[in-house]
Amino acid sequence: MTSPTLPKLIGARIKRREDPRLIQGRGTYVDDIKLAGMLHMAFKRSDIAHGRIVSIDTSAAEAMEGVECVLTGAQLAEFLGPMPILTPFPAPPHYAVATDTVRYAGEPVAVVVATDRYVARDAADAIQVEFDPLPVVVDPDRALAGDPAVLHPDLTNILGQTGSNIALYVPAGTGFDPVAGTVDNSAIDAAFANAEVVISQRMWNQRLVPNAMEPRGVVAHWEPGKDTLTVWSSTQNPHTARNTFCGLLGLGQDQVRVIAPEVGGGFGAKINIYGEDYVACAVSRRLGLPVKWIEDRSEAFVATTHGRDIVADLEIAAKRDGTILGLRVKLIADIGAYEMLLTALVPTLTNGMLSGVYDIPAIRSELYEVFTNKTPTDAYRGAGRPEGIYFVERGIDMLARELGMDPGELRRKNFIKPDKFPFMTQAGNQYDSGNYEAALDLALKNANWEGLKRERDAARAEGRVVGLGMSFYVEICGIGGWEHASVTVHADGRITATTGTSPHGQGHETTFSTLLSGQFGVPADRITIVHGDTAMVKAGNGTLGSRSQVSGGTAIMNAGEKVKGRMAEFAAFMLGAEAEAKADELEFVDGRIQLAGTPSIGKTFEEVAAFAYMGAGNAAGAGMGYPEGGAGLTDEAFWEPAGATFPFGCHIAMVEVDRDTGELAVKKLVAIDDCGTVVNPLIVEGQVHGGLAQGIGQALLEGAVYDEDGQLLTGSFMDYAMPRASDLPRFELDKTTTVSPHTPLGTKGIGEAGTIGSTPCIVNAAVDALSPFGVTHLDMPLRPELLWRIIQGGAQ
Amino acid sequence: MGQVTVTLNVNGRNRKVTVEPRTLLVHALREQLGLTGTHVGCDTSQCGACTVFVNGQSVKSCTLFAVQVEGDAITTIEGVAKDGELHPVQEGFWEEHGLQCGYCTPGMIMASIDLLNTNPQPTEAEIRDGLCGNLCRCTGYQHIVNAVQYAAEKVKA
Repeated sequence: MTSPTLPKLIGARIKRREDPRLIQGRGTYVDDIKLAGMLHMAFKRSDIAHGRIVSIDTSAAEAMEGVECVLTGAQLAEFLGPMPILTPFPAPPHYAVATDTVRYAGEPVAVVVATDRYVARDAADAIQVEFDPLPVVVDPDRALAGDPAVLHPDLTNILGQTGSNIALYVPAGTGFDPVAGTVDNSAIDAAFANAEVVISQRMWNQRLVPNAMEPRGVVAHWEPGKDTLTVWSSTQNPHTARNTFCGLLGLGQDQVRVIAPEVGGGFGAKINIYGEDYVACAVSRRLGLPVKWIEDRSEAFVATTHGRDIVADLEIAAKRDGTILGLRVKLIADIGAYEMLLTALVPTLTNGMLSGVYDIPAIRSELYEVFTNKTPTDAYRGAGRPEGIYFVERGIDMLARELGMDPGELRRKNFIKPDKFPFMTQAGNQYDSGNYEAALDLALKNANWEGLKRERDAARAEGRVVGLGMSFYVEICGIGGWEHASVTVHADGRITATTGTSPHGQGHETTFSTLLSGQFGVPADRITIVHGDTAMVKAGNGTLGSRSQVSGGTAIMNAGEKVKGRMAEFAAFMLGAEAEAKADELEFVDGRIQLAGTPSIGKTFEEVAAFAYMGAGNAAGAGMGYPEGGAGLTDEAFWEPAGATFPFGCHIAMVEVDRDTGELAVKKLVAIDDCGTVVNPLIVEGQVHGGLAQGIGQALLEGAVYDEDGQLLTGSFMDYAMPRASDLPRFELDKTTTVSPHTPLGTKGIGEAGTIGSTPCIVNAAVDALSPFGVTHLDMPLRPELLWRIIQGGAQ
Repeated sequence: MGQVTVTLNVNGRNRKVTVEPRTLLVHALREQLGLTGTHVGCDTSQCGACTVFVNGQSVKSCTLFAVQVEGDAITTIEGVAKDGELHPVQEGFWEEHGLQCGYCTPGMIMASIDLLNTNPQPTEAEIRDGLCGNLCRCTGYQHIVNAVQYAAEKVKA
């Protein structure tokens, strides 16, 4: 397989082809789908966080007009087993609907199926559940000690323990042998023994609620007699959904079709396949009728996976000149009550990112994942990387403050140098490429760092509370396995391509049609990109982990390259002996396939496409006359990068805190992002903006707060503060370009970058602003009350 | 539950819907009239995805019962483009990449039109304040602000 030629149009700011339907209200999301005879589901959910189900009285619900059936968890379990997960570690059984014990507030205990959505909700509310309450575990430290309860007493965990809340324990870093499972601490112990300065801090990367604007939803349609199941799901990965439905329902992958129609955002939370999805499939199959379930926002807060929630005890050993000698971290990830698809995996990505962009000679990390009586966690934009980078970048900033060094210069001193790539970090990841100094220099220049320092100092002299912050992130992309694509040039010269990635706002139709347009030399409006339908797309791994351009885009181009090669053979055949000898010298330009250097020898794209299907015969009236290999222009490709890609960037912020209200305003945010080659800058900027907003949201506003009874106190948009337009500044973006050696175009991935860099940047700036009040660290979110109290009395 | 027939004008057409008294306007529009461009993003009137015009003013259609708009003129996102021509705000959202997943977009466009109706040449701060009843999780709002600025320029020109 030869590498694809770099197509034209790379780097062009092309408007999205998805938009005309979406700005006119013509997109079709799951809730817009209506099928004849369709029934509606609603779930009765536990209002306590931990308890045994004593009894469930469904009689009042069943008596309601329009109620088709009511099923408790125990009744469902008769034909629906525990849900599958994709991680290899021991995990407790997890039923779609609780069978005998509830372990978080919001866990389903029964489902109602009715003719109307309002009736279904009324009936669910009429179900009476009696619980025998159990002690509630909300604090991760206490969870670790099994206090005051153990959620899954029958589970034997990876350490061979039963009766523990530890779901997973993973050591990592220098001297850890993953095969033998042994840990040699001599290097990290020596680093701390030789340290001239040690920073140590406990810090919390708090629990967040993903909150895609479209809540989850599913329509399942079992067709009796055909024995096929069609499912419309608001998902990021329809093929994984299909595969798991098949596994749990005992169906073949040819019998189940999953369609991700227009999907209103995902941010990782729609990677999962949820209990409600399985129940819809099972109930539809049982009743032989289509069934719809649409999540309310209030449900989404408790029923859709949360993100983050890792506490770190971080120590950095360094010399007085700023040289970092070692990093030691103990991580406790509060993963909630159960393991979902990738729950256990996500915090392990934190372990892997603890070297940041720094050449740290010794690292020791230990990760504990613990069960608590909360909604399960799983991927949320960044998924483990924002947590790791946050801890490192806060630690570096504390070290700079301790040493009185400029935070940029301290970082520069410890960067992995450009000539050291590929670089294997002590945290265990091999970084593909990087030029961190270039990004730092551009950030310092664009932000006017020295000028900002003067501005800050002048503001402080006036009594204002102003601070400057910096962060430098690196992340891992291109993971998530292979990707599949197919490309077909039709007889009329139009092109259909399929991709196993499944966009939910990323604009793949635009980006991928741009790639093919450049590759084939035809206008993009003659190209259709098909995605999100397992009947039309043979295979796929979905859109997650910033993988779509890296893996999906390359697969598309590789499939395109095969078809292009075949098309050149047809063209050469048509052009006769002289051109045929030079088939590999044919170029695809402006709708023609022609000899490079002799454009008069050529055919139009349409002529060649038609010939590939109709042969010379139909045109000339005699014989089909194909070249060897026969008719048709269609091919496919699987592709997986040889190694992960590591985008990076530098963010700088200036913040000001209002002395009277404690409100923090972001006055300036400069973001330099290096995602390798940029295909469509408009879309990349959009990805960065959205990521920055989510990262700033974590720093300043957002947090899933539980009380000691395990009740989510921030369970609606009234209590959970989402970033609004007025909360955010105008972002100042720029880029450096360090291509990845693992992708033919040099792309690296951009979906999560902004989320990773902005959070520590803002917190570092806030700590700087409040440093005159003796502050050295603050846990997020930096709510006005917290900051106001510090300014007023110094008490945190 | 009893049913009530409500007469209203939607996107220039007189329509009748038969609903329960408790049926929300957004559900009547979506379920009864098939106008699914108006979305539901929350259940506390915080997100603005369901924003429509009632008699020319932007309203979150999850905060009204359908029976409350008897005789009123409703405009939904489907009624914003005229004769196949996009409204300048729609054009702005396309030109400036003011949307990603598109779920908040109909409500965001309705709120933006309302903002420009009352303040045709807003400053950036006025745009940000004016749209703070609408949530977007994808864009970080910068391109939405640009879209509104684009529309304001276009209308001025």
